[in-house]
Amino acid sequence: MIKVVFFAALREQLNCSELSLNSNDFSTVDEIKQHLASKNEQWQQVFANNSLLSAVNHEMVSNEQTVKPGDEVAFFPPVTGG
Amino acid sequence: MTDSTYPEISIQTDDFSLSDEVALLEYENAVDGAVVTFTGRVRNQNAGKQVTSLTLEHYPGMTEKSLLKIIAQAKEREIGRVKVIHRVGELFIGDQIVFVGVTSKHRQDAFAANEFIMDYLKVQAPFWKKETSKDGANWLDAKSSDENKAASW
Repeated sequence: MIKVVFFAALREQLNCSELSLNSNDFSTVDEIKQHLASKNEQWQQVFANNSLLSAVNHEMVSNEQTVKPGDEVAFFPPVTGG
Repeated sequence: MTDSTYPEISIQTDDFSLSDEVALLEYENAVDGAVVTFTGRVRNQNAGKQVTSLTLEHYPGMTEKSLLKIIAQAKEREIGRVKVIHRVGELFIGDQIVFVGVTSKHRQDAFAANEFIMDYLKVQAPFWKKETSKDGANWLDAKSSDENKAASW
């Protein structure tokens, strides 16, 4: 399994804070994004945003990052703390 | 208190005391002559809107990792102690949001490390602000000026 988590505006737009995916179906962050975008029109619109950031196991990564079973993948908007 | 037990980061809902934090940075620390602190607070307006509150969300686990990484980079300068506090949850006008404290032998390293930590925190640490005004609540957009400032180091 791969745990996928969403934060801030993204979590609200998707009305979802986390979900699980079968890890055998995905080898990269980009494949996960494409899968999530294919859920419905709302998800497609949200994932069409190029400014979204991705993290795997709490490290910022690019779309090409590979994923493996047990990973935690996160998607969120650019950060605005401080 | 030894440096290995000094807690360098704290993500908390509670407020913090600037004087307590300075006292901790200085406690049994005779080697550092400089103490530089930064405190960020909730303003009453943003982009022409009267703000009533801010709600801070973060990504538990990644936030801590990200702040420790930023602190490790800051320590490439010759600095002594570092403390970063960031509050989460709902905060109101005038409330303290963030604290960065750095000690060093001389002021230049403490000033530079403090600014470096804030600049990187702004673009790398997974915190998000939701602003509430009389028009409703909305998530703030990241500023390109913050990206440029962090990239300038």
